[in-house]
Amino acid sequence: MTDTYTDLLACEDLLLFASAAVASTGQREFHTASGEQGPSLDFLHDYVHGTLPDLYGLMLALHVNDHNAARIVHTLLSRPAPGADPALRPRENGLIRLRLARMPPQRVYRLFRRLAAERVNNRRTRAAMRDWIARRPLELDALKYRAGLRAAARHARVPLPGEVARFLFSRPADRRRAPYTAPLLESHRRAHYAARELYGLPLTVAEGFAAHHRVPRRAFLEGIAGRTTAAERLRLDRTARCHGLEAPLSDLGTAPLLRLCAYVVGLAVSERRERRAELEAALERAARRTAGPLAGTWPRTAAVLDDSYSSTGSRERRNRPLALALACHHLLRVLAPGGTSHWVSGHRDALTVRPQGPTRLAEPILDALDTGPARVVVVSDGYDDTPPLLSDALLLWRRRVDPERSVALVHLAPVLDAGVLAPHRLSPAVPTLGLHDPAVLPSLVELARFGEGRLGLADLRAHLLATADTVLDGERAGEAA
Amino acid sequence: MSGPRGIVLEGVATGTAQQWGGVRLVPLLRSAPVPGLRLHPMAAEDLRDNPGIARGYEDAGVCCYVPHAYVLTWDGDPSPGAAYGTRLVAPGRSSAPRRMHLSPGGARGADRGRSRFLPMRLAVEGLLSLFSGGPETAWAEWSRDLVRRGVPSPGADTRPGREIGGLAEALRVFEIHRDQCGAAVYVADVLASVHLYPHPDDYRALHTSMLLDLFGEALYTYGLLRYAVPPLYTPLREERVRSLADLRREVAHSRERTRRGHDSLMLASLTGGLYRSGHGEGFGGRPQEGAGGGHRTRFRTGWLAPEPTRGEDLHVGEVVEDTDGRTAYLKTLRLSSSQVRQARLLAALNGAGWRLEGAALDLGVSVSALTERLDRAGLGHLLAPGLLEAHRAERRRAARRR
Repeated sequence: MTDTYTDLLACEDLLLFASAAVASTGQREFHTASGEQGPSLDFLHDYVHGTLPDLYGLMLALHVNDHNAARIVHTLLSRPAPGADPALRPRENGLIRLRLARMPPQRVYRLFRRLAAERVNNRRTRAAMRDWIARRPLELDALKYRAGLRAAARHARVPLPGEVARFLFSRPADRRRAPYTAPLLESHRRAHYAARELYGLPLTVAEGFAAHHRVPRRAFLEGIAGRTTAAERLRLDRTARCHGLEAPLSDLGTAPLLRLCAYVVGLAVSERRERRAELEAALERAARRTAGPLAGTWPRTAAVLDDSYSSTGSRERRNRPLALALACHHLLRVLAPGGTSHWVSGHRDALTVRPQGPTRLAEPILDALDTGPARVVVVSDGYDDTPPLLSDALLLWRRRVDPERSVALVHLAPVLDAGVLAPHRLSPAVPTLGLHDPAVLPSLVELARFGEGRLGLADLRAHLLATADTVLDGERAGEAA
Repeated sequence: MSGPRGIVLEGVATGTAQQWGGVRLVPLLRSAPVPGLRLHPMAAEDLRDNPGIARGYEDAGVCCYVPHAYVLTWDGDPSPGAAYGTRLVAPGRSSAPRRMHLSPGGARGADRGRSRFLPMRLAVEGLLSLFSGGPETAWAEWSRDLVRRGVPSPGADTRPGREIGGLAEALRVFEIHRDQCGAAVYVADVLASVHLYPHPDDYRALHTSMLLDLFGEALYTYGLLRYAVPPLYTPLREERVRSLADLRREVAHSRERTRRGHDSLMLASLTGGLYRSGHGEGFGGRPQEGAGGGHRTRFRTGWLAPEPTRGEDLHVGEVVEDTDGRTAYLKTLRLSSSQVRQARLLAALNGAGWRLEGAALDLGVSVSALTERLDRAGLGHLLAPGLLEAHRAERRRAARRR
């Protein structure tokens, strides 16, 4: 190995950052307040940007979550490095464009508004905003993300089509005087005066008009159903059922796995039992879609899933850790058919799982190892009742029972421990990775190789560059097609 | 008063401790709830988020309790009243138990719907005064107030749980077991309080009520220490592990050893001691009204007052036990060290029939030394003002001579 000690440290720092950037959302967690996470994350971003500026941008190619991706873009745009290697800039620009395109628009507009408020107005920032705006359906954005689009267009001096510009920048009276040719904007203009026009608008905009015109909730939901997004349908499903709409709003068929799991965990246990067939089929379908070509490729895998009380998360992330555990259960069943799942509470039926009871991880992990798997995946926030017992048991298992490493054990934590800037570890014998979305589970296992100390900074740099190029090439091929 | 004896925690097992900062909470588990005793439905409805879910009330003969200092508005009462001492009532009974009415604003948040406890200062004073009577003969040494009204409550150097550093957070993150009926609370590894209820749902309902309980000022000080208690753990024996089965056996062994260690070392300050117990009104096989006439009580309430001769860890509390003496309900409070001193002096005085000379003889000190100790322990107001003044003047003269 040609790496110096400094390189090894840098490698470790970068993995720490990657792990935090995958798991942490800056929100309140069960054990830590949101205020505690902010400074830790700020420090990590500043530190990595300061010490490894070339690799910092490449992190956008990994499955960093949206919250941290937005921060990385913000740092890259607001703190330009004039001395940086010009050859690296196109790749970084490509990654920024790609990542923004994949982010939900409200997050992007929030980032743009922040940049505008901080008066970051360099050429790169303006180009990023121009590129983004050029790809958007502008009438829709003018309605849904009015303040964001307005701030971005004004800040980056992007010329907008005449009607959109009139809608965004003129006084209310001027805005409503003449009709628009764009149907969305015209519906919005008319919805001020006629309730029947609001059904042509997106849900979030129509809500305000419905309140204004005092449209009954049931009639509103019935009328607007065609204009909702998949996430909105899932969110409104319960309300629609309460109001006795016959046809359920959502067919559960298209929702992403994690969102579906959050929906299932939010239902009462009795309702989950009643709709068992429907829900289980939908979960299975979503897991298959997430796994894609990897389905059935994993060796025999046992999952240890945490359903203790701490998996309720916090008010901001209600039941998130539990939903994630449920998602991992279904995903692992698809990746490795014939595996087993062991809930910490001893619960058997995954569909009716509830966040309740203490965390005693040692016994379920031993149960999982007993089934003779090739891989064991532990999904838990890592706060065991007796941490030293668990840690020692895993160390002894690695040292005395399985020294040849015939079983790979990995711990995935949905929660970042703000104090140590990393997820809570189970034991030095087990690699711990942050997890935010089950869809990135396979790529996380890739990254875990670098944590064991066998591969150094040079390999990591090569891996990151290769990942970035693959991602960009994929994007270019997609555009060409 | 019956003779001193220990607390019987039969049928109760301790679980794995959970620690957060300086607070350690040890769950007390019952394999089955105590049959026939539940939190009073009115209190339960008051606490529970969803009153529709009521388990364990189906049994017609079920007897109900209202915890000490719990504030409820009873039928026929114009304003809320606090249960004075834990009360046993039949649920069908319409009349209210012995209670104490509050001055307006006395029960903070009494109309806010959730847990409604008295300002606990009143509650703990009531509890402490229950185990020390006053002199029966009007000896000249004592103040008139003492002779007329008995021992006033020992000073109020106690703090509510919500002021103890980290307790609120520790209770929030605590993961309640499914069959958990109680908890032992340690602050900086000093046993602060033990709560035990007959049914898991009762514990769930009253889990956060600990924040309204009172703790001695020493525990408040310990809470200020930024001391994180280490987890209780018996190390695994590496040489015995060769296979997965060995490892499993070792883990179970470690858990069992840790549990036994906790019970014998840490909980012993409560269970190892001897207590005098006075019995409350519901005592002993009296026919209850309601619930089918001749139904006999199977439970009785009692106070726990420590034998003040032994060490520093003294607990006072309340207990509800069945006819076999098994504990169904228990709530204890650790006395602070100044309260321990007071309790010891009061017990000595009580033992000597409130004769100052007799008590001094029992303690092996002179009368003036005993007077000094009473004064220093904050019990000077019990003495006749003339005697106290004379004693203080004597002390000043002695100091000047030196």
